[in-house]
Amino acid sequence: MNGVPLTHILFVSTALFFIGMYGLFTRRNMITMLMSIELMLNSVNINFVAFNKYLFPAKLDGIFFTIFIITIAAAEAAVAIAIIINLYRSHQSIDVDDATEMKF
Amino acid sequence: MSASAIIFYLIAAFLLGAGLLAVTARKIFRAAIWLLLSLVGIAALYFWMEVEFVAAVQIIVYVGGIVILIIFSIFLTQQSGEKMPKPPLQRTIFSVLAALFGLAFAYNLIAGYGFAESNDQPFKVAVSDIGTQMLSTTAHGFILPFEVVSMLLLAAMIGCIVIAMKSNQTNIAAPQNREEN
Repeated sequence: MNGVPLTHILFVSTALFFIGMYGLFTRRNMITMLMSIELMLNSVNINFVAFNKYLFPAKLDGIFFTIFIITIAAAEAAVAIAIIINLYRSHQSIDVDDATEMKF
Repeated sequence: MSASAIIFYLIAAFLLGAGLLAVTARKIFRAAIWLLLSLVGIAALYFWMEVEFVAAVQIIVYVGGIVILIIFSIFLTQQSGEKMPKPPLQRTIFSVLAALFGLAFAYNLIAGYGFAESNDQPFKVAVSDIGTQMLSTTAHGFILPFEVVSMLLLAAMIGCIVIAMKSNQTNIAAPQNREEN
């Protein structure tokens, strides 16, 4: 289509997903973990739009999935930040290693 | 290699580099700025794929909303100039190995699959088509998920207010909360 095959776009989104996964594994600060999750959600959105464009150009289903994922990600980020601020009030820290009350 | 392909590889390198810096930067505020640049790169990728509406939504919701929210919560919760402690070496090594293994596995699957690309018709996304199909009640309409997601947003908004409310101000804050509902 543009001289770029579908697989190259999928490679980009896969690499972005695993960058987010690496951040989720190494970070222990809740805000940076949330940022990694946002990267992973965005890589999935790229996949949906690319599949829609290259495989089913007559339909719009991938676009709708992307829009709904963006909406749910916004709700998720808002709830996560409310939880982070509440945790900071009770623990004076947003490090996941410091919140161990429910750890068995 | 056409100009379009060169632009694609430039955008891809930019967003992957910014994403990598977002998860490795030691200062949390810089990590947030790199995340912002990576999200702008993803919006550029949507522009490149000719889905202008999704690109605009990406910029409005992520760059204008979520990153600003994250920066505000950084200011509320910690000193943004401080460096975060380095992760232990063992955790870094195993995380890199896990990510590389997953990347190689997915790469192998994608490269070997052989997608049947259909180039028979152009990909045109008119905003009016998106709106019509979003609110249509026929078999291919998305009215039900649209309503469900609007209820989810309302529930998330009320939930955020309730979670982040200070407990010693519950009696004062309750009437305001009822008004906003």
